[in-house]
Parts: sequence; C-alpha cells; structure tokens
Amino acid sequence: MVDAASARSAPPTALELHRVVKSFGPVVALRSGSLTLRPGSIHALIGENGAGKSTLVKIMAGLYRRDSGDFRLHADDVDFTSTAQSKAAGIAVIYQEPTLFPDLSVTENIFMGRQPTGFLGRIDRKAMRTEVDRIFRRLGVTLDPDRITEGLSIADQQIIEIAKAISLDASVLIMDEPTAALSGVEVDRLFAVARSLRDEGRAILFISHRFDEVFDLCDTVTVMRDGAYIDTTPIAETTVDELVRQMVGRDVTELFPKQEAAIGEPLLEVTALTRPGVFHDISFTVRAGEIVALAGLVGAGRSEVARAIFGVDPYDEGEVRMLGAGVARRNPTAAMRSGLALVPEDRRKQGLVIDASVGGNITLAIRRRLSKWGLITSGIENRAAKEWASRLEVKTHALDTVASTLSGGNQQKVVLAKWLATDPRVLIIDEPTRGIDVGTKSEVHRLLSQLAGEGMGILMISSELPEVLGMADRVLVMREGRITAEISRDDATSENVMFAATHSSELHS
Amino acid sequence: MSTTTAPAAAAPAIAKKPGGIGRAREFGILAALVLVVIAATVKNPAFLFSSDGWRDLLLTPSILMLVAVGQAIVIITRNVDLSVGSVMGLTAYLTGRLFVDVPGIPIVVVVIAAVLLGAFLGLVNGALVAFAKVPAMVITLGTLYAYRGINVLWTGSDRINASDMPKDFLALGTQQILFIPVLTIIAVIVLALAAWYLRNIRGGREYYAIGSDPSAAELYGLKVTRRVLSAFVLSGALAGLAGVFYAARYGSISSQAGSGWELDAVGAAVIGGIAITGGVGTVWGAAIGAMLLMTINRALPILGIPDFWQRAVVGVLIIGAIVLDRVLAVRQRRQLIEARDES
Repeated sequence: MVDAASARSAPPTALELHRVVKSFGPVVALRSGSLTLRPGSIHALIGENGAGKSTLVKIMAGLYRRDSGDFRLHADDVDFTSTAQSKAAGIAVIYQEPTLFPDLSVTENIFMGRQPTGFLGRIDRKAMRTEVDRIFRRLGVTLDPDRITEGLSIADQQIIEIAKAISLDASVLIMDEPTAALSGVEVDRLFAVARSLRDEGRAILFISHRFDEVFDLCDTVTVMRDGAYIDTTPIAETTVDELVRQMVGRDVTELFPKQEAAIGEPLLEVTALTRPGVFHDISFTVRAGEIVALAGLVGAGRSEVARAIFGVDPYDEGEVRMLGAGVARRNPTAAMRSGLALVPEDRRKQGLVIDASVGGNITLAIRRRLSKWGLITSGIENRAAKEWASRLEVKTHALDTVASTLSGGNQQKVVLAKWLATDPRVLIIDEPTRGIDVGTKSEVHRLLSQLAGEGMGILMISSELPEVLGMADRVLVMREGRITAEISRDDATSENVMFAATHSSELHS
Repeated sequence: MSTTTAPAAAAPAIAKKPGGIGRAREFGILAALVLVVIAATVKNPAFLFSSDGWRDLLLTPSILMLVAVGQAIVIITRNVDLSVGSVMGLTAYLTGRLFVDVPGIPIVVVVIAAVLLGAFLGLVNGALVAFAKVPAMVITLGTLYAYRGINVLWTGSDRINASDMPKDFLALGTQQILFIPVLTIIAVIVLALAAWYLRNIRGGREYYAIGSDPSAAELYGLKVTRRVLSAFVLSGALAGLAGVFYAARYGSISSQAGSGWELDAVGAAVIGGIAITGGVGTVWGAAIGAMLLMTINRALPILGIPDFWQRAVVGVLIIGAIVLDRVLAVRQRRQLIEARDES
C-alpha cells in the first residue's frame, strides 16, 4: 500500500492547488489551501466545520474566485469564473445538499444544459433515456427516470448528482460529504462506484467526517484546520488518533469554558414533536442553568425543530410546555410571552433589521413594553439599548450606527442583545458563532455560560464539535429528523457525538 | 430510511411524468372552453353557426394567443412581462405609419419591421431585468408606462384608419382558408413552433430549469442571464406580431391600441396552467387559456350575464386556476413525501 502510494506520486497531477487564499470582506475563509489530486487515486479531505474545506471545493467548482495562489489542472494554470468553465474542464462536484430542479424529471436533471441532440438541435430523448438506464444499472438503482425530483429523499437526490457526474465523464470528481445522508447499503454501492471510477484513472476527492469511510475508501488524506493546509499523508501511514490530533490541534476544553451552574427546575419541555418528513418524535427538557446542545449534521432538522418550538413553523403532533404551561403552536408572540427567545442561524435575513440602527434593533422586540401610551421616545429607546450594548460589549461608536456596517461578530451580539432585552427564561440559539472571528467567539461563549449561571436555560444548536463538547451540559444528537443520542457532558466525546450524527442503525464495514 | 428503490414503486401514479399534471390541466380548460361554446350556442345558435360567430370565435383569440405564448415563456423563467400591451400599441401604430408614409411597401417588410421593433423593446426589458437585477414586475411596469408614453408622443391625436392601409393587408384580417381565418393559422403555426422549441430544444428546457430553481441553474452552469434576456426578446417579438394582427383585424389604430392586453395575457397564461412561480406549464395551455378568456367575454352577454359581472367572472376564473394549482401542488408534495416516509 505504501509502495503503491509512493509509486503513484511520480505520475502527473490531475489537479493542484497551492497556497490558495480567499476572503470575504474582513473574514478570511481560506488562509492557505493546498491540495494535490492524482489520477487513479481517491483522496480524502478532512477537517472540522469551518476549516475551509467547502471554500476550497467552491473554488475548484468555479463558484468562488481565489484571491491569490496557484490553481492548476493537468499542469495547466486555470482560473474559473463560472461553474460552466469548471465543468467543461472536467471537474464534477457533488455537493452535500443536492441542487436539483424540482419541477423537472430525473432524466432532465441529469442532462440539463448538455442534452444529446439530433437533427435541428432536437433533444434526443431516446439517447438520454438509454444513457440514464445505463448509469442507473451501473449504480444499481431503480429510480424512475421519468418522475419529477420534487419530494425525493436526500439519498435519491444524491444518486442523481452522482449519475450526473458519471454522465459528464469528469476527470476530477469532488464529493462533498456524499455519504452524510446515505444508508449503509447505499454507501457500499457508492464506494464500489467510486473505486471503479478510480480504476478508470479519474482523480477523486472525498470529503467526509466518518473516519471509517476515509480509511476504507481513500489512499491519501489531507488535513485542514482554520482555513489552512496542515498535512498530506498516505492513508497507510497514519491513524485515526493522528488525524484527530491534526484536525483539532489544540486543547478543546480550554477554549470553551462553561462555568459550573446549579441545574434547577425544568423550564422548557418538548414532548413527541413531529412534523412528517422534517422531524419525528422529538422529546427533551431544558432546565434552569443548563446548556443543552443540539448537535448533528447540517440538514438533520435541528433548525426546523427550533423554529417549530418558537412557533415560526407548524408541527403536526406533540407539545411544547414552558414552566409547566402549554405554549400555543404557530404563534411566536405567545412563545415570546412565555419566556422563549430564538436567535436564528441566518442573522442577516432573520435576526436583524439590517438597515436599521443598532439601538433600534436591540429594542425591536420590547417596543411594546418600552412604549408609553403607545408612543416610543428615542430617550427611552436609547437607555434600554445602551444597557445591553454595553453589557455585550458591542463595538460601535454610536447606537445609531446602521447594523449592516457591523462585523459578523458584532451583528451577532446585537441580535443577542435584542433577545436578551426581552428577559427570556429559555434562549434558543442557532449556530451562535458561525462566521465570526475567534475573539468574539469566546466572548459569545463566555456570555452564554454567564447567562446559564444566572439561571437561564439555553438550547444551543451547533455544528462545531469543540463548541458542543466545551459548552454543553448535555448533548442531544439529531440525525435525519430524529434524536439518535443523548449524552451527558462527562461522557461526550467527538467520536460518540459524530457517531450518533452520522451512523445509520445498520453498520457497514 | 428511504431506499432508492422504493419511492418509484410506492409513489402514486399522479404526476410521475413531467407535465402529467400540466396535461390534465390543459384538458380541463379545453373542456371548460367546449362547455362555454356549447352553452352559448344552445342559447343562440349564431354564436357558432354563423360566418361572423365562427370567425369571431377563432379570430379574436388568435391575437391574444400570440401575446399569451410570449408571456408564458417569460413566466416559465420566473419573470413577468407587463409591457406587452404597450409593445403591441407601438408596433400596431408602426404598421399603420409605414403603410401611410411608404406607399406600396410590401406587407412582408412591414411585418418584419414590427416584429423587430417588438423584439427590440423586449430586449430593453430583458436587459434591464437581467443586468439591473431588479424584479421583472417592477421593470416592465415601468416600461408599460414608458412605451405607452412614447406611443402617445408619436401618435398624438392622430389615428390610422382602415382607408389608410392597403386592401390586401386588411384582407388578411378577414380572409379564410378552408373556413379557418388566416391569422388563426399563422398564430397556431407560431404556437406549434414555440411549443416544439420549449419541449425539444436545450434552450427551451433551460427556461423551465431557470424558473424551477434559479440558483441551481447557476450551479449547473446555465447561461441564466442570456436565457432570461431571450425570453423577453421572444415575448416582445410575439407582441410585435400581435400588433400587426391588431392593425389588420381592427383597421383603426389610436395611441391606446393594445392597452390592458398585458393583464389578459398574464390571465390567459395562469388560467392555462403556467405556474406564476415558474418552471411549470406549456404554451398550449396558455393558448387555450387565451381562447377561453376571449370566448367567455363574448359568451357571457349571450348567456344573459350583465356587463358588470363579466369582469368578475374572469377574476374568479384566474383566482380559481391559481387556487387549483396550489391545492394540486400541495397534495402532490404531501403524497410524494408520504410515499417516501412509508418506504
């Protein structure tokens, strides 16, 4: 294995990235990304959420343009400005969340934009159909090629994405966590296909959180951390422990301090919450002084549960109780009155009035309480806003600064301030530190911990493992709309959380 | 856990085929059309069985059919073109003007000029939508007024009359081949071409893809900007052709020609099963929708429904069509998801 790998290092590279940098405004998503893919090899790319893997993929896909660094394909320098160019150059990307046209048929989705044509440019449906049948036979699936893709499961949509890449005859195939939503049988089938594509001399990049899959399938592995390349090694020369050490690279617990707090009476009780197709039988309790983390992969249904609890989305069965009293469905106002607060995931769209002032944003949710005889004066508003802005250390010159001009971290603080001003008993916070810098991150963590210390119950949705492990008293893990594990702080490890988040009940080798 | 094998087998027979629902919709409105014609004919046989009645049944909808086909293409891309009435007005006036100012000009040249002007006005719409990234509804609402303004400026209180135009041209508006008006034959040929293009050519399929999910279209590497632009050009060109038809049919063109037609066109498309959110529907549906809309307008007075209520009936028809589509879509989604969860 080792010999094979080193012997393979001689042939030309299929794709090479060297010291690639990409930033979005002040946020650096990729500090220094390097990657070398060789024909006839399956290459693993691993790293925590936010390590820069997705940014790297998007650069290869032509979705983002790098700021600097080298990008070579078959030894030629390339600089894609569109996905069409990347595709034409032979790079096929299978995204974690498939993007299909819901109103069109399976066959059309596979061939859109490059359908085989005959006389007068007429689309040759027969040829399309023959090709789809051939690909599906090869993949071993019996999906109806004529049905529309609306309502297909993620697994089936994924199959269509893979079929697309195969029909594209790509020389480089990038799979961004393709197995996240597949069952054991489907994973085995996918791996068989990946191996046969490898044996045809294609270069394959495989991104996964599952170490067993990485060791099972890949021959080389590259680790990324905090937007930078760490190391590339032949898979036979490394171990899981070694990879985890490279991925984390720091002591997890030090970064995320959770103060010990007295756990009090139950505040939020959720029983058997169900919305068919989205989440099933969700039951849990959040107590005073407790931080409960809702972990899992993107798309596991965590945000949907939060939105249902807060009354933004409907649910079909189950019950939400606050302090023993039932909370009305589909009624955010009632949820707020009962002592719930929700800090959503997408700050710019859901949490902030982006064109309003910082002060206006902070007092937005408590305007009714602040008003006197239905009127609100800027004096009252400013006093209330000032208190929270200073408590959260929002870095801004004045409260009338427009929210859109703040950094991501400060925007998050403003959203937090807005909801804390409502004086909630339970705070639901979705991805509290996504897209904010490390300094602000620890401030947010300190604040959450402090709030719990004061007796608030916190339900924290997070995809970042260290954050989950460092902050939570209890970890609930969701997979495909169900809670698959409940792990106490002392027992929680990245392995058992990841295991519950990714593994289907049936195991595969 | 769903498997890849189960959904296809378990999913109910509904809407497994692309356009399965669409085809049902087209038969539905076709049935409604037949019903209206039968009802009106029973009440007054002249509605169908007189040379005037027969001609009106086919001729008047032909013009709207053209505009509705263009509108349908634009709506399929998840846009809308509210300026088509004004484009019709301008091209109709251009048609008359050319006959007055250039005596003896061949009819073909006039038709080409009008279609080109329509295409150009559509290009302006498309360019504004595609490059300024402003919703089509706002842009084309603006050009609706702007184009009409240009028309008023150009025409003033002038009016082109039938006597200003050559006999051969006006004959087009009334001539029949085998009892079918010439304009209807042309409109159906255009309709068939458009339908064939939308079904069988890459560009046509891309209209559906863009309307179905614009961001996925970007990921697929489709040339979204160029496609959307072309949809507006097509819509403009068809409105231009409709302007020529209008001139030939009515023989009298003022600065208000074609005003209000944009709403009829959108209405026809929606009644015909074009989803206002894009990606679904066929131009055949839109054309039958146009036919139904015009025929109902003519049939209601015969059926003794007061003038006042006629517009309301059209409104009910449009809202009914949208509600029906919505109900069907929700039911279909639910069935597909249930089929998945059960498997």
